[in-house]
Amino acid sequence: MNQRVLSAPEAVTEARQAMTINIQEQPLLSVQQLTKLYAPGKGFAEVSFDLYPGEVLGIVGESGSGKSTLLQAISGRLAPDEGEVLYLRGNADSQLARVVSLYQMAESQRRQLLRTDWGVVHQHPLDGLRPRVSAGGNIGERLMAVGQRHYGNIRAQARQWLQDVEIPADRIDDLPVTFSGGMQQRLQIARNLVTHPRLIFMDEPTGGLDVSVQARLLDLLRRLVSELGLAVIIVTHDLAVARLLAHRLMVMKQSRVVETGLTDQVLDDPQHPYTQLLVSSVLQS
Amino acid sequence: MMSSQTMTQAGDNNHGYNYAYLDEQTKRMIRRALLKAVAIPGYQVPFGGREMPMPYGWGTGGVQLTAAVIGRDDTLKVIDQGADDTTNAVSIRSFFQQVAQVKTTEVTTDATLIQTRHRIPETALQAGQILVYQVPIPEPLRFIEPRETETRKMHALEEYGIMHVKLYEDIARYGHIATAYAYPVRVNGRYIMDPSPIPKFDNPKMDMMPALQLFGAGREKRIYAIPPYTRVKSLDFEDHPFDVQQWDEPCDVCGSTDSFLDEVVTDDRGSRVFICSDTDYCRQQQEKQA
Repeated sequence: MNQRVLSAPEAVTEARQAMTINIQEQPLLSVQQLTKLYAPGKGFAEVSFDLYPGEVLGIVGESGSGKSTLLQAISGRLAPDEGEVLYLRGNADSQLARVVSLYQMAESQRRQLLRTDWGVVHQHPLDGLRPRVSAGGNIGERLMAVGQRHYGNIRAQARQWLQDVEIPADRIDDLPVTFSGGMQQRLQIARNLVTHPRLIFMDEPTGGLDVSVQARLLDLLRRLVSELGLAVIIVTHDLAVARLLAHRLMVMKQSRVVETGLTDQVLDDPQHPYTQLLVSSVLQS
Repeated sequence: MMSSQTMTQAGDNNHGYNYAYLDEQTKRMIRRALLKAVAIPGYQVPFGGREMPMPYGWGTGGVQLTAAVIGRDDTLKVIDQGADDTTNAVSIRSFFQQVAQVKTTEVTTDATLIQTRHRIPETALQAGQILVYQVPIPEPLRFIEPRETETRKMHALEEYGIMHVKLYEDIARYGHIATAYAYPVRVNGRYIMDPSPIPKFDNPKMDMMPALQLFGAGREKRIYAIPPYTRVKSLDFEDHPFDVQQWDEPCDVCGSTDSFLDEVVTDDRGSRVFICSDTDYCRQQQEKQA
């Protein structure tokens, strides 16, 4: 965890310097002293972390600890009170790579980032899907938003993605409301991945699914993350999910990060009393 | 602009109403909105729509635009689904005859101002003419996004991917783009616009039209415009290009093969004929043959 306290302009300067020195070592996403408080203890305060390409970061904590609010802020959907989110735009190997500040760029650019380089998987699939548009149209929307205008190509890609997330391709013209919960969640993932994003935000992606469906979804996510080299930030209250997917964990309590470290380290040797409570509260079989 | 004094005095048989029914301040407000609309082709400008002596949905938006731009020298034509002789067209025409003392006509080429519901005349319009459309729902994004704040943002940021999703759904379901009227267009390479419920048959006529096109939505209180000689492109896919309706038979009355035809049921046994929807054009074709 980044312990240095930087004011926003300093942070930008620092990031720019880092870029000129070696962009390869630049994190994909750098969150610095981010704060959004609706009231004391409501929201999140002074959160800092770096996320590197291909890394999966889990955010765990009890209900109301500010996990989801934090996810909204770092995914460009909720302006923070203070702090900064820096994102490395473009391929790190290319000369065109730039470090951009999420809340200093124009809204049009931020929204474009959200529908091309990034993806958001909501807890309730219908929040992230268009219920009155067919599965194929849901997957194709992002492609059309970035300017694809060939129906045949769009449809072929939609079909491919349906297969990749284990939905029968002949359901391409069915509405999402006719799908089961697990299928809806997989469709939502396909809809996000179609533009080959580099960073995915997930808010309780397995919530509300029964355990066997959960297991298959987790298998799918693990496969996609490793095959596509995705960086993922996943919010969950399910420690088993966190252990399975996340490389690193951040534990939140009452709007603050109380512990952070490698997943195994945090779960097997919790240091903070709250983390110890959280780990010991899991039902043992 | 004529002063309000002369305008009011001129309306002798207006029985206390101002010239062209609306008061001068309202007309100025509408003209200001019109100037903005013309300056930003396809952009929906909000305006303070007034109550008109007719119900919403009968052309209150179009009537207000007509009232704001009409003058004593104008010759007015009003069509409803292409026809000059339907109730709505006849009423609006006689309304302006009474409150604005203008000449009226049914001949497209004689008119300086044409108010229309759901059609563009078959006869090509000329520079100097003004076409006023009646619009029920001005927002082309409304079917997918009910929030006005969000649709305005989508227009501002040019986030139009969703319009193609609608066309995609058409092709996936019917094998072709089934939208046959209110077919969305892109104006001057920028704003996506609903051309009001004209058949897509009329869409190509909007492109580079020499006449000024004004759109008024009374209930939704929006005005938009296409200045003369502006590019208007109907949305489509590369492998499913835009095309217009075609008919297997000519007009039953005039024999025209290149106009928009209405299907008319003629008896209780289901006999039907196809006739031109544009009555003025149909009459011209008949006169040519005679």
